[in-house]
Amino acid sequence: MAKSNKPIVWGLFAVGGTVAAFCVPALILAHGLLVPLGVFGENALSYERVSAVIGFLPVKIVVLGVVILTLWHAAHRIRVTMHDFGIRKDDMVAMLCYGAAGLLTATALLGVMAV
Amino acid sequence: MSERTIELEILRYNPATDEAPWYQTYTVPCQEEWVVLDAINYVKDHLDSSLSYRWSCHMAVCGSCGMMINGEPMLSCKAFLRDFGRKIRVEPLSHFPIERDLVVVLDDFMEKLPRVKPYIVRDQEKPIEEGEYKQKPFELYEFKQYSMCINCMLCYAACPQYGLNSEFIGPAALALAHRYNKDSRDEGRDQREEITAAHDGIWECSFVGACSEVCPKAVDPAGAIQQMKLASTMDWYLERLGGVGARVKRSLSSRRTSK
Repeated sequence: MAKSNKPIVWGLFAVGGTVAAFCVPALILAHGLLVPLGVFGENALSYERVSAVIGFLPVKIVVLGVVILTLWHAAHRIRVTMHDFGIRKDDMVAMLCYGAAGLLTATALLGVMAV
Repeated sequence: MSERTIELEILRYNPATDEAPWYQTYTVPCQEEWVVLDAINYVKDHLDSSLSYRWSCHMAVCGSCGMMINGEPMLSCKAFLRDFGRKIRVEPLSHFPIERDLVVVLDDFMEKLPRVKPYIVRDQEKPIEEGEYKQKPFELYEFKQYSMCINCMLCYAACPQYGLNSEFIGPAALALAHRYNKDSRDEGRDQREEITAAHDGIWECSFVGACSEVCPKAVDPAGAIQQMKLASTMDWYLERLGGVGARVKRSLSSRRTSK
């Protein structure tokens, strides 16, 4: 039996899961609750401020890291969840999930690097 | 000692005479502190000697009395009657062919187990004059939990992936492979990965975790498989790094075995 190539997607899934578990709740708390409640002031997420922060290369790398790894984590999670739900067309599900993750990765790269 | 009467609904199947499995209900007078196995033994001794099932130790050590009790894989010697209602349904372990009544065919597992080399593999055996392979308590602690498996097959009966794809190596065999991978005296991880890191090895597991829930010995096969996924992923990348990867791998494994 040949060794499986699944480590590629599983590696991204595992790293993405760790990143998502640590960062995403904090991001949701900050962006979804604290900013709308005005805890950080009126203009906390104004276009000028956000684009200035994202324009800084280390921030770009961190933002892309969080977004892209979380995407690949979600793609693999959804693929396995489909299987657990009884959908047995794994090749097609895998192509759709990873295809979407790939497309959104490219979009994130283009978008963030353009700032 | 108080007595109670239970209705034991047992799946019967004799391949020589039955076209399909069927259920037979026995009314069994029981002691309050009995386990399901005691009730089945009562049936065999007093009501119906034709009933076939496996058991031996009656103390959760031998691993032979695994059955589906009210749909859950359990050791019948560890399933106390007081935890169930008046009616208890007993069936052979799921996902295995039925040999007869509650006895299942274990050939599939018996064929898979040796493939993962569940024994210490050395590149070169140390000459006897050099003495024993010593191991520190923390090195024993690394794998001890995974060595507690009694091959009762409850994890295979619980695993939905094994139910879907019988080629899957499965929880117990993978946990045992992990037990030897984690042993400081062992050098066989590469050889085991030919089986465990193949598609029908660890990668068929979707981490449902049912195996660890039903395990009567707290082996945690699901945890073992997750740790193997991480190790196999590292190995997969190192193998693709050419000479550098091979050097890193060698130094990691020599650190593992020289302690």
